[in-house]
Amino acid sequence: MRKYLAAALVLLLGRGRAAKPERVVPEQPANPGAEAAAVVLLFLAALFAIGFIVVYAVDSLPAHTQLLGVALGLSLLCIAAALIVVAKRLVVTEEIVEPYPPVEHPGEQELIVQTVEESGDGLSRRGLFKLGLGAAGGTLGLAALTPALSFGPLFQTKYFRGTPWRKGTRLVDERSRPYRASDIETNDFYTAFPERTTAAAREDLGAAIVLVRLPKSLLQLPPELEGYDADGIVAYSKICTHAGCAISMYRAPLFQPDEPRPALVCPCHYSTFDPTDGGNVLFGPAGRRLPMLPLSIDSKGYLRAKGNFDDEVGPTWWGTHVWRPSP
Amino acid sequence: MIRRTVRWIDTRTATAPLVRKTLRYLFPDHWSFLLGEVALYAFIVLVATGIYLTFFFVDSTREVVYHGPYLPLQGEHMSEAYRSVLNISTTVKAGLLIRQTHHWAANVFIAAIVLHLFRIFFTGAYRKPRGLIYAIGVTMLMLTLLEAYLGYSLVDDLLSGMGLVIGYSVGLSLPFVGANLMSWLFHGPFPGQGVFWPRMYIAHVLLFPIIIGTLLTVHVLLVAMRHHTQFKQTSSETEHAVRGVPTYPGQTPRSLGLLFGTAGILFLLGGLVQINPIWLWGPYHTYVSTNGAQPDWYLGWLIGALRLVPGFDLVIGKYTLVPNPFWGGAAFPLVVFGFLYLWPSIERKLTGDTAFHNLVERPRDNPLRTAVGVGMVTWVLLVFIAGSSDRVYVWLNISYTSQIDVYRVLVFVLPLVAAAIAHRVCEELVAGEKVEADQHAAEAEARLART
Repeated sequence: MRKYLAAALVLLLGRGRAAKPERVVPEQPANPGAEAAAVVLLFLAALFAIGFIVVYAVDSLPAHTQLLGVALGLSLLCIAAALIVVAKRLVVTEEIVEPYPPVEHPGEQELIVQTVEESGDGLSRRGLFKLGLGAAGGTLGLAALTPALSFGPLFQTKYFRGTPWRKGTRLVDERSRPYRASDIETNDFYTAFPERTTAAAREDLGAAIVLVRLPKSLLQLPPELEGYDADGIVAYSKICTHAGCAISMYRAPLFQPDEPRPALVCPCHYSTFDPTDGGNVLFGPAGRRLPMLPLSIDSKGYLRAKGNFDDEVGPTWWGTHVWRPSP
Repeated sequence: MIRRTVRWIDTRTATAPLVRKTLRYLFPDHWSFLLGEVALYAFIVLVATGIYLTFFFVDSTREVVYHGPYLPLQGEHMSEAYRSVLNISTTVKAGLLIRQTHHWAANVFIAAIVLHLFRIFFTGAYRKPRGLIYAIGVTMLMLTLLEAYLGYSLVDDLLSGMGLVIGYSVGLSLPFVGANLMSWLFHGPFPGQGVFWPRMYIAHVLLFPIIIGTLLTVHVLLVAMRHHTQFKQTSSETEHAVRGVPTYPGQTPRSLGLLFGTAGILFLLGGLVQINPIWLWGPYHTYVSTNGAQPDWYLGWLIGALRLVPGFDLVIGKYTLVPNPFWGGAAFPLVVFGFLYLWPSIERKLTGDTAFHNLVERPRDNPLRTAVGVGMVTWVLLVFIAGSSDRVYVWLNISYTSQIDVYRVLVFVLPLVAAAIAHRVCEELVAGEKVEADQHAAEAEARLART
């Protein structure tokens, strides 16, 4: 740049004009050391960039991701360092003071107002005109938004209430093997699905349940849930009523003095439910108990649902308690 | 050469006057003014790495069986989306580097925005005439949190699925409209009819980036129109005159250096520091979850809030007015963002100061603002820390339930205490400065008297 400026100067002088143009940027003394450093850094950056390409091409290298990251990262950092050398040592750091732009432009504002107002001279019934504009714009906007309704049903909230459980549905494990009552041991935790559901249907929040076997001495179901257990085996929805995570922890009462009762725990926000008394909330943010699935044992010893859940499955919403499932 | 280029551009665009003015635009010099720039550069890295990732990501929840090179997941049922990210991480060359850099950049992006917000807040840079610039900035922070959450959710690994169902439950908890809104978005109850992934994808890679990019452009242009604020460092900085380094040659290598430095560090992180090893989490199913899960840092305040709220739904008769997740997941962030939006006008009401300000204040110069800010930060930070009580239990064996009980009290007490302390510290600092200044004046006078 300086070279060209000098050349331009010579040209100007050569034409016999004495006027030397005033400098825009103040002079910066040369700094050969810093210049050399910047050049070295730029070539280093190029070297690392080539390194990146080489690492990419050579499959036999170990730790590919790390080497690629180091090559690219260092290349960029070398450029950064070169730029900082330029900023600190090779270009002049000017401290300039100038006025802030004016806070407002009253004259211009006035002209805008005048322009708009005078342009409306031809309109005699402005109110009506504005009404028309509003009507056209508003309805057109609505019309433009209407197709978004195709996203999904806005008012069919009944689907939030469905579960695949029916009276007599057998309980199966993840590999679709039916559970026998004798498979369920105390102090252990089982996940079950309704029999004959596809993998996709198992993702429904109403599908998965947790199974635990409780000693008869601990079981104290409230009257309305009388008979929901099958020989001490109880089943609850696996989906936390708080925020819909899967309840995947079972705290069996291993430490009598501290935790005398067993508990089902959701690991997302640690809502803790009591399996002995119908899934009441012991701790945590859940606002309502776990829905319970009534169980029975058939003549061959398989576990079957005796009906649907006693309450709505899944995270709570405005209509949660409006509906009572039919057994 | 330079002359020819300048002429080439000017004769085609008539922008020489604009370019000349831009080259000599002044940047006041202070390290804290660079935080916003770091955010901008992280955004550039996000867009660049994100574009690369879109070429390999598949936005489908169709169930597939995994037969890729990662043996522990052989034969697992998973979504196509998750499989595609596994492939990006294992078989696509440089894919893992780009993916991890993208994730790191997101974390750094939001961190830089938050620090930038702190700078703006505690120096009063949001005051007139920059209220609109500030409001746009707060809006971008909100959109960025959503955008990052969408990106995290798209992967469909176990942790991202758990995060998504929590978000769904928060949506469901909106009074009167929650279920309708979620049914509309997901096409039925969670996990929906497989339509949500393409929607989430286009929102993550197109809608949100365009909105954020547009707001960012307006934000930066408005800053330039108004010029930067400045600290009073010498006598030449006044409300009417700005002192700074011009764009060219002073500021350009500095800013470009920061761009390349930010990008370099992000790629080093992406290559060397593992982040979100999704192959370890496994695929998401609604009936699976894992303990000890912590979200990305910028969602820590929300998980903390969800965990702190006592267990109740607001119920009248059969109707659930407010399901529990609403408080922590929706009301809490609404209050925080509401505060951020409204604070400038609250401050104007409280102090009666409606003047225009180009000079920013040091935090100590405005004890009231600093106290309010420190109180708010303490509040959100406590909730944030409460979100990792389960980890604290594992490390230090302090009972989880007692920790939660303590936090439930602390979140109301400690912000007030912190605000009071901050107020006092500000006053003392200013008083100390005055004592020092008086002393200097007295000494100078004494020297003068001696001579």
